[in-house]
Amino acid sequence: MIEEKKDLLVLGIESSCDETAASVVRGGREVLSNVISSQIALHTLYGGVVPELASRKHIENIDTVLRQALREADVTLDQIDAIAVTYGPGLVGALLVGVAEAKAIAFAADKPLVGVNHIEGHVCANLIAHPELEPPFLCLIVSGGHTHLAYMKDYGQFEILGRTRDDAAGEAFDKVARAIGLGYPGGPKIEKAAREGNPHAYEFPRGKVDGSAYDFSFSGMKSAVLNELNRAEMKGETVVQADVAASFQKAVTDVLVTHAMSAVKDLGEKRLVLAGGVASNGALRAALDDACRKSGVTLYCPPPILCTDNAAMIAAAGYYRYLGGQRDGWDLNAIPNLALG
Amino acid sequence: MKILGIESSSLVASAAVWEDDNLIAEYTVNHKKTHSQTLLPMIDEILRMTEQDKASFDGIAVAEGPGSFTGLRIGSATAKGLAFAWDVPILAVPTVDAMAYQLPFCAHRICPIMDARRQQVYTGIYTFRQEFSVEMPAAAMGIKELAEILMKEPGPVVFLGDGVPVFRETLQAMMGENALFAPAPAARQRAACVAALGAVYLQQGKTQSAGEHAPNYLRVSQAERVRAEKERGVTG
Repeated sequence: MIEEKKDLLVLGIESSCDETAASVVRGGREVLSNVISSQIALHTLYGGVVPELASRKHIENIDTVLRQALREADVTLDQIDAIAVTYGPGLVGALLVGVAEAKAIAFAADKPLVGVNHIEGHVCANLIAHPELEPPFLCLIVSGGHTHLAYMKDYGQFEILGRTRDDAAGEAFDKVARAIGLGYPGGPKIEKAAREGNPHAYEFPRGKVDGSAYDFSFSGMKSAVLNELNRAEMKGETVVQADVAASFQKAVTDVLVTHAMSAVKDLGEKRLVLAGGVASNGALRAALDDACRKSGVTLYCPPPILCTDNAAMIAAAGYYRYLGGQRDGWDLNAIPNLALG
Repeated sequence: MKILGIESSSLVASAAVWEDDNLIAEYTVNHKKTHSQTLLPMIDEILRMTEQDKASFDGIAVAEGPGSFTGLRIGSATAKGLAFAWDVPILAVPTVDAMAYQLPFCAHRICPIMDARRQQVYTGIYTFRQEFSVEMPAAAMGIKELAEILMKEPGPVVFLGDGVPVFRETLQAMMGENALFAPAPAARQRAACVAALGAVYLQQGKTQSAGEHAPNYLRVSQAERVRAEKERGVTG
């Protein structure tokens, strides 16, 4: 059992993809500031995140974001007890900006440095949103780069039950959105279009992975959408964008819910924690909420602002890693394919 | 006046402590591009070895570019973090200016060349007979175009930088005996030169805040280039 330090101030820094973020969190759970500088408008011009441009934006914005985070929290750098930074997984060039900056600040100000796994950060967003929540619990982590079904045994300790074998769920959203002309970012655009569509217009395959009940596969589903679009085009049929969006979203949601609920049942869990960028998808939340209600399971998910890439979740995860004794050296590197657990 | 110099624009990682026209320490490694893991430990080591009070620096001099995009960002982010924490200005020195600065009293023109791939170099043209003078500021251009510019004036040119092993034959073929090459101890990036020029900048008030500072890549990203070409194609 770790001893909590309720007054401990952690400065979190996050730059793993297209969000430059900094945050001050007290005692691992209380957000004093949560500043996010989004680059969505820039990358929209290119139909997706351009790594080099993301890295350039990070270095332009990071100082302003950091200053704002300290100002909004009404603390000085002197008062910060530890600096937590995302060191993976993510885009290597993007990660390097946050890592190099965090290391330099920690070095210059003589603060302990704690490297944090981005996915673990997503899960820890729930610790902020639900102050009473403590591990162990089962979590479904769904984002643009990741799809995991994991068991958080203790703070900083994970057992992976299932993962995607190909595309991440969010990635499939982006690819399908592009194919049906909705553009980037795919998740929110598909969700919006799907509201006007019929989720049963098409029956896209619910991908299964042989021999693994919890692993995911979304590439077959995505290919089925692309094939359907091709078929329709060859025959000169018009495709109803909203129907494709709704049917595709339903297929993804079905798979995520089915896998999560079978894990809940198999493990005899009474709680399910949802995390990651796709956790802000309303259809997924509603379907999971419904399934959990029917099974007498409590569903935890963070508010949308904590689902997006942010640094509050990194500071929260960093707080528990700090309490667990983790201290990183000045040679901390960015690890683009860092594994969870 | 105490300055910390940082250079990570190429294969070289280098850090230097400069105080009142004195080079106190320099640590230069020309080995592997592992700057993310080596640069800050190098800074840590020379600061400890020379018993520096961390908060005693008046400025952070950094090679602002051109160079490897990722390398520049590691140097820049490190400089920004230090400048932010110590509340001191950043002195952004063009990489190629600092490279030329290691050849004082040189009778000939000085031309650093960094391999920028696709037969291109990052370069600049300098004289340093008495005063250090920038004849052509940092630029990205084709190696042949550079040689043609240099040949408009008579006399030899001293080349240095990691572009030399790549383009030595091209330059010799075009310029003959007028192509001279700096010896190894004066042929790569050095943080001491970044710090020395940084000291000049600080005296001149040529400073940037940590917030203002970003690398000067001299090149747009590939995505931007492709997009611009496409747009030109549409309109033209």
